Amino acid sequence: MFSSIISPDFFASAIRIAIPLALAGLGGVYSEKSGVVNIGLEGMMLTSAFIAVAGTNFTKNVWFGILFAVIIGILLGLIHAIVSVSFKANQIVSGVAINLFASGITVFLSWLWFHETQIMALKNLPTWGFKVPNPGEASSLVRGLIVIFAHHSPLVYITLVIIIISQILIFRTPFGLRLRSVGEYPQAADTLGINVVQMRYIAVLISGGLAGLAGSVLSIEQAHFFVKEMSGGRGFIALAAMIFGKWTPFGTAAAALLFGIGEALAIRVQGVYTIPVQFINMIPYLLAILVLVGAIGRATAPAASGTPYEKEIS
Amino acid sequence: MAQYLIEMKDISKTFPLVKANDKVNFSVKKGEIHALVGENGAGKSTLMSILYGLYQADEGEIFIDGQKTNIYNPNIAIENKIGMVHQHFMLVPPLTVAENVILGMEPRRNYFFIDLKKAASDIKELSEKYGFKIDPWAKIEDVSVGIQQRVEIIKVLYRGAEILILDEPTAVLTPQEVEELFKILKSLKGQGKTIVFITHKLNEVMALSDRVTVMRDGKMVGTKVTSQTNTSEIATLMVGREVLLTTSKAEQTIGKTVLRLEKVNAFNQHKYHVLKDISLTVKEGQILGIAGVEGNGQTELVEVITGLKPISGGKMYLYEKDITGLSPRKLRELHIAHIPEDRRKRGFIADYSVAENLVLGSHYKSPFVKGCFLNPPEIRGYANKLIKDYDIRPAVKENLLKSLSGGNQQKVIVARELEREPNLLIAAQPTRGLDVGSIEFVHKQILKERSKGKAILLISAELDEILSLSDEIAVIYEGKIVEIMVNKNIDRGKLGLLMTGVHK
Repeated sequence: MFSSIISPDFFASAIRIAIPLALAGLGGVYSEKSGVVNIGLEGMMLTSAFIAVAGTNFTKNVWFGILFAVIIGILLGLIHAIVSVSFKANQIVSGVAINLFASGITVFLSWLWFHETQIMALKNLPTWGFKVPNPGEASSLVRGLIVIFAHHSPLVYITLVIIIISQILIFRTPFGLRLRSVGEYPQAADTLGINVVQMRYIAVLISGGLAGLAGSVLSIEQAHFFVKEMSGGRGFIALAAMIFGKWTPFGTAAAALLFGIGEALAIRVQGVYTIPVQFINMIPYLLAILVLVGAIGRATAPAASGTPYEKEIS
Repeated sequence: MAQYLIEMKDISKTFPLVKANDKVNFSVKKGEIHALVGENGAGKSTLMSILYGLYQADEGEIFIDGQKTNIYNPNIAIENKIGMVHQHFMLVPPLTVAENVILGMEPRRNYFFIDLKKAASDIKELSEKYGFKIDPWAKIEDVSVGIQQRVEIIKVLYRGAEILILDEPTAVLTPQEVEELFKILKSLKGQGKTIVFITHKLNEVMALSDRVTVMRDGKMVGTKVTSQTNTSEIATLMVGREVLLTTSKAEQTIGKTVLRLEKVNAFNQHKYHVLKDISLTVKEGQILGIAGVEGNGQTELVEVITGLKPISGGKMYLYEKDITGLSPRKLRELHIAHIPEDRRKRGFIADYSVAENLVLGSHYKSPFVKGCFLNPPEIRGYANKLIKDYDIRPAVKENLLKSLSGGNQQKVIVARELEREPNLLIAAQPTRGLDVGSIEFVHKQILKERSKGKAILLISAELDEILSLSDEIAVIYEGKIVEIMVNKNIDRGKLGLLMTGVHK
């Protein structure tokens, strides 16, 4: 019974489900490493999920749809940066405002442009990688490996590359060192001639762009349609993954995969057992809570995360 | 070459409500150690922040080596070989020494990556050149304050600084660390560096500097050659009136035993044995000074007596009544007053007003409450009286405590605690970070309590303070009282040895 759930297809779907969480989680990492809490990831994902489908349908090209989604993510990031970095407003309030704005604007625009709240994507992404062999053509091991690792949408591979680049960028380059210093102790960075405001803008814009890409994965890649409120709390799960991953790209990706496994499990278990579906759907969220309860004591956030930077006046 | 390496002319800077610098002229010669002194809020740090480009002056000009220079951000200062070691260290705790040093001008490998190995070897080389040991791979959060300060100095040298500005570098150091810092600064001077250091400790000025500039209320009041002046002249310039640097205390008759500790033991949160069989007594009209290098159990001793920390063994008595295990409130109601060592953490609530802070701890008692409500007229009247009696400035009871200078914050605490008519006063580091004027005030208050026949327990890292105020001195080392002696003809050298654990 259980072995029929834990199959190569199961892991492949866990990876697919983990992709938007990992991307949005990475967005959280960039932003918080610079000292800006981005609770608006949820709304950025939702808006971008809509724009990805709308852009695809208007241009008849799925890549343009994704590009627009990323641009919208960056623009929302810009709003968050202007409000919370330049005007030093409370970062949580700014993020919540973006989430509320996203819920409204997506429904409004989908009525305005498409006259309904569920929109099918006219184009889908191709699948890259090897063809999955028919049973008998190859051993089950080879087939399993291909299913899990080498038969995915391009966005899966792009995400893997982004994860690796982010890890290197944040921990091995001058940019990353400056980013971390700005999030830990901006006064110190300032005295060394590092432009705190500029670093935070860059980080929040990257954050928005990644959340935008994550949103496009949700609609274009996973669902092939947009429906209102389709982000369904994934922005917050992504933040949980970021915390569980101790604010590192690799850790966040691993945590996202764990949540992906949880959600894939929930999908598989539906219909197999006579457990009410509402309980099964709780699995990823329960997992998030359990993980945070276990992890929070050990993980420490960047020290200046959540506080606007102001030069001290003596 | 110009006569002066740095010349600041007619510098003015106004913050909301404060004129921090008012037409200040300041100049430094190449290769000298120049002390910049003044009371808290005199404008020393502001002046140096302008030189380092953190603030821009509203008026005035800066010349470096005769060249007029517009320093509008720290990068310009760094380009002009000016480096600053801030009072609150500008180090990022989770990063390593090497990462902190190179931050902002990282050596690169393959254009894209940081070359940490090169950074580490550069740092090793620099630290050996100036004679201090540093591990480039250690994390800042794991090293002592003294080491952190060296990292700050290395950081400045790594940027090629020829002019070093140090903002109150000794405020956070132990006496041993201060001595090592002075050695380092002298070695830097020997290598041709120019040093400006901000302080309000006059003995440091005399020990280290070639020239000294005094500021008061945002104005420059004079520059002297150190060898041609003395501490009382500088103190008078700083405060604007004559200051008593040495406190004289009258004979005092000793009364009954007030506080008695009997073999008190305690552990800290890491299960480390911090107080070991402490026994001591403080009597009426007596000041018992606890001397010791910081971190040898002084903090815990105060916490135990004030009820903030439970003890694991032993007994405490107040007027021979057992007070072991009583809550802080119960102890306060027995008239134990406490001037805490960390005033920001335990002395006041920064976002409360002066008046509110003055009634803290008595706020639940008549006359400050009527029924279940606070009684504002009483609180206001009481606050006005204390502000006048203790000369708290500015004399506005509605001001938030965080807007006051350190000296005035301490006055609020002293006022609150002394007005409680204490039987026992615990004064922990009562003058830490205060300027000479405020130190004089606090010392006078402590001696006044003594002459009223109160028992006083004084804990201080400043040996001078212990020696000038105490009747008896107890030396604490690694949680043990190693010696209790009458304060008469004490040999400082012997005291120093006891404090560092070397036995007689």
